[in-house]
Amino acid sequence: MSGYILEMNQISKEFTGVKALSNVNFKVEKGEIHCLIGENGAGKSTLMKVLSGVYPYGTYEGDIVFEGSVQQFNKISDSVKTGIVIIYQELALFPDLTVYENIFVGNEVKRGNLVDWNQTIRQAKEMLKRVGLDVNPETLVKDLSVGKQQLVEIAKALSKDVKLLILDEPTAALNEDDSENLLNLLGELKNQGITSIMISHKLKEVIAIADHATVLRDGKTICTLDASKGEITENVIIKNMVGRDIDDIYPKRPDKKIGEKILEMSNWSAYSTELGRYVVKDVNFNIKKGEIVGIAGLMGSGRTELALSVFGNPKNYKLEGQLKVAGAVKTFKHTSDAIKSGIAYVTEDRKGDGLFLIQDIKNNITAANLNSVADNGVINENEEVKRAGEYKQSMYIKASSLEQTVGNLSGGNQQKVSLGKWLFVGPKLLILDEPTRGIDVGAKFEIYTIMNKLIDQGMSIIMISSELGEVLGMSDRVYVMAEGKIKGELPIEEASQESIMQLATQ
Amino acid sequence: MQFINEARSLVKENIRDYGMYIALFVIMLTFSIMTDGLFMSSRNISNLLDSTGYIAVLAVGMTLVIVIRHIDLSVGFAAGFLGAITAILLTKMGMPIYATIPIILVLGIVIGLFNGLLIARYAIPSFVATLAGMLIFRGALLQVTEQTGTIIIKDDAFNAIGNGFIPSLMVVNGLHLLSLILGLISILFYVYSEISTRRNKIKYQFDVVSKGIFSIKLVFVSAIIAYVTYILAGYNGFSWTVVIMLLVVIAYHFLTTKTVLGRHIYAVGSNPEAAHLSGINVNKITYIVFGSMGMLAALSGILFTSRLQSATTTAGTLFELDAIAAAYVGGVSSAGGVGKVTGAIIGAIVMASLSSGMNLLGVGVSTQYIIRGGVLVGAVLFDVMTRKKRG
Repeated sequence: MSGYILEMNQISKEFTGVKALSNVNFKVEKGEIHCLIGENGAGKSTLMKVLSGVYPYGTYEGDIVFEGSVQQFNKISDSVKTGIVIIYQELALFPDLTVYENIFVGNEVKRGNLVDWNQTIRQAKEMLKRVGLDVNPETLVKDLSVGKQQLVEIAKALSKDVKLLILDEPTAALNEDDSENLLNLLGELKNQGITSIMISHKLKEVIAIADHATVLRDGKTICTLDASKGEITENVIIKNMVGRDIDDIYPKRPDKKIGEKILEMSNWSAYSTELGRYVVKDVNFNIKKGEIVGIAGLMGSGRTELALSVFGNPKNYKLEGQLKVAGAVKTFKHTSDAIKSGIAYVTEDRKGDGLFLIQDIKNNITAANLNSVADNGVINENEEVKRAGEYKQSMYIKASSLEQTVGNLSGGNQQKVSLGKWLFVGPKLLILDEPTRGIDVGAKFEIYTIMNKLIDQGMSIIMISSELGEVLGMSDRVYVMAEGKIKGELPIEEASQESIMQLATQ
Repeated sequence: MQFINEARSLVKENIRDYGMYIALFVIMLTFSIMTDGLFMSSRNISNLLDSTGYIAVLAVGMTLVIVIRHIDLSVGFAAGFLGAITAILLTKMGMPIYATIPIILVLGIVIGLFNGLLIARYAIPSFVATLAGMLIFRGALLQVTEQTGTIIIKDDAFNAIGNGFIPSLMVVNGLHLLSLILGLISILFYVYSEISTRRNKIKYQFDVVSKGIFSIKLVFVSAIIAYVTYILAGYNGFSWTVVIMLLVVIAYHFLTTKTVLGRHIYAVGSNPEAAHLSGINVNKITYIVFGSMGMLAALSGILFTSRLQSATTTAGTLFELDAIAAAYVGGVSSAGGVGKVTGAIIGAIVMASLSSGMNLLGVGVSTQYIIRGGVLVGAVLFDVMTRKKRG
C-alpha cells in the first residue's frame, strides 16, 4: 500500500457540554475501502462532518492531514475542492432536474459565461458510464429508482475529480440487487484509484468489501481492523461495537405482574405509497398488560413506521393484516381512534411533531385530552391549571411556572412534557419512541423511574430505542427489527448486546 | 415600590399584547390634537366605527385562517357577491329580511366549506384555491348585477343594519338613555366576571395580581367603556353595526379562549403534525375555520350592502386585503398559532382611525395609502422584534 491519504489525528469535538468525539484517530490508506462502524450516536457522522468542513476549522481540536498536508476547511466547498466528497444517506439531488443537470449542478461546464449544455451532456454520459448507469442523461432524477439515484450522486462526485469518496450508509434504502451493484461499483472505483470511506450498519457488506474497518464507540476510536490479517469478522466487530457495561442507571422493578395480551398484530404490513415500498412487512407482535417490550433495531429499520401504523396511521400507509386491542379486532381511521382505544404514542422527534413549542406547558400537557377538563366544550381553566400542575410535579418538570413556553425548556424537560401530555390521556398502552434521545443522564433516570411507576399502575409500554443499554436495562422482552421486518424475539434473559446486534445487522 | 415593580414586570411580559392598544391610543391622541378634538367627537367616532364594521368582522375570521397557517383571498368578492344576492332576494324575490339573512349566512358557510374542501381534502395551497375563488366571485358578482347595474334596496329594516341605531328610549341631556344603560350593563358585567375569575383562582390557590393592580385594571377598563359609551350616546347611541360587531367579537373571543375547539385551532396552527398525533382532526379544524370565514364574509356583505343601501358591481373590492392588514396589525403571525380576535378588531379600528383622521386633516388619498402601508410594516416589524427578544 502507498501510505495514508487521510490522517485525522486526535480529533475532539464538543457540543455544549457533551463530548461527541474525544481524541479520535482515523487513518485511511490510499486506494482502499475503509469502513467506519459504530452504534447510533457513536460519533461517526460527527467525525465525517468534521472532515468535510460542516464543522469549520477551529470548532474542533486536532489535525486533518490530507495527502500529506494539514487542511483547514472552513466550509464544505473547501473540502470538495481538495477532492473529498461526502454522499449522505438523504440524497442531495434535485428531483425535478435532469440527470445531467444534477451531475454538474454547482460545477457547471461553461463556455465564457454561459453554460455549455452540449458539452455537459457529453461529459455526463462519460460519468454515467464510469458508474455503470445506463440511463438517458435527460431523464428526470425523480423518475429513477433510489438505487440509480445513488449512482447519480456518485457520478456527481466523480465529476468533481474526487480522490476520497465518503458514503454514509449508502445501502440503507436499497434493495439487495442495488446494494450488490453499489458494492461492486466501489470495488471498481478502487481499481481506478479512488479511496472510499463507507459508514455502514450492515456487517455482511463490511466483511465483503472492507480493506480496513475502524470501530467508534462513545466518541472514541476503539480499534482499526485489518482484512488482510483476517480481523474483520462479525464477532470481532460486534464485540468492539458494544463492548460496554450497562451502567447501573436502570431502576429495577422487583415484582412483575404480567397479564393478558393488550395488543396484538398478526401478519401486519404497511405499504408507503410515498416511498413505493413496504415500510413494515409481515410483523407478528404482541404485548401484555404490565410489560415493557423493547423494539431494538437501527435507524430506518421500520420501528417508527410500525408504531405509526398502529397509532391511527397518520402517514396513510396501506395496511394489511390484523390488529387486536384487548382481544378485539380494530381498525383505526384517525389517531383519535387509537387514543380512544387507550393507545398513546410519544414521538421520536419531540420538537418536530411532538410538542407545540410556542405554547406553554399547560396547553401542551392537556392538548390531547382537553375534554377531560371541559364541560360541553368549554374549558374549565382553573381545573386545567390544577391538573396540569399535578403532572408538572409528578413528571419532575423543572420550570418556573406552567406558563413557561415549552420551546424554552431543556431537552429533558421537553421530553417530560411530551410524556406528561400522553399520561394526561390515561392510556393503557404507551408507545415510547426513543424516549431518552438527546437528554442527560439525570433526566434519563427520571424517565425510567416514571416508566416503572406506570407499569406498577398496570400500564404497558412499548419502548423503541437505538440505545441497546436502555433496551436491555428496561425491557421484559425484546423484538429486533431490520428492513421493516421482525428479525427476532428475545426474552430478556437471552438478549444481549451481541445477540441484538447480530439480528439487527442481518 | 413592590407595586411599581409588579406593574413594570406585567408591562414587560405583556408588551406584545398591549402594543396595539398603545398604538391605537397614540393615533387617536395625535389626531385629536391635530384636529382640535374633532376626531374624538361623537359624530366622527360613531361614523368611524360604523365604517369599520364590514372589515372588522372579516378580520376576525381572517385571524383564525392565518392562525392555522392559511390565507383567504376570496372573502372580498364573496362578500360583494353575497351582498348582491341579498339585494336580489330582498327586492326581486320580495323575500322578508328575517328569511334572507339566514339564507345568506348559510350560503357563506357553504362557500367557506368549499374552500376548506379544496384546501384540506385536495391539499391545494390556500393562496391558490382562494385566489381562484376571488376571480370566480368577482365574475359572479358582475354577472348577477349585469342587467340591472346597481340594485337599490328600499327595505328600511334591512338598511338600518348599516345605518340605523338602537332605539334611544329617552334622551337625557342630549345623551341616549338605552345606550347609556347598555354601557353600564357592560361595565357591571365586566367587573363581575373579572372579580369572579379572581375569586375562583384564589379558591384554587393560584397566583393572582395584587389588589392594587387589579383595581387599577378594573377602573381603567371601566373608564374606557364608559368613555366610549358616553361619546356614542352623545350622537345617536350605539348603531346596529357596532352591536353586531361587538357580538361577533364576544362570540369569537369566547370561542377562541374558552373552548376546546378554540384550543384545537391554535394547536393546529402551532404544529399541525403534533396536532394530528395528538388526536386532533386537522382537516375538520380547517373546514370549521374556513366555514366560519365564509359566514363572516356573508355578514360583511350584508353590512356593506345595508350601509350603501344597495348592491354595486364593485362591492367587495380589496376587502380581503384590508382584512388581512387589520389582522396583521392586530398581531397575528403568519408562522401560525399566534393571534387574537380582539387584536383583529383593534387592528381594524387602527386602520380605520388612520383613514378617518387623515380625511379630517385633508390628506390626499395617495399619501393615505403610503402611510397605511408604512403602519402595516411597522406593526409587523414590532411583532417580529418583540418575538425575537422573547425567543
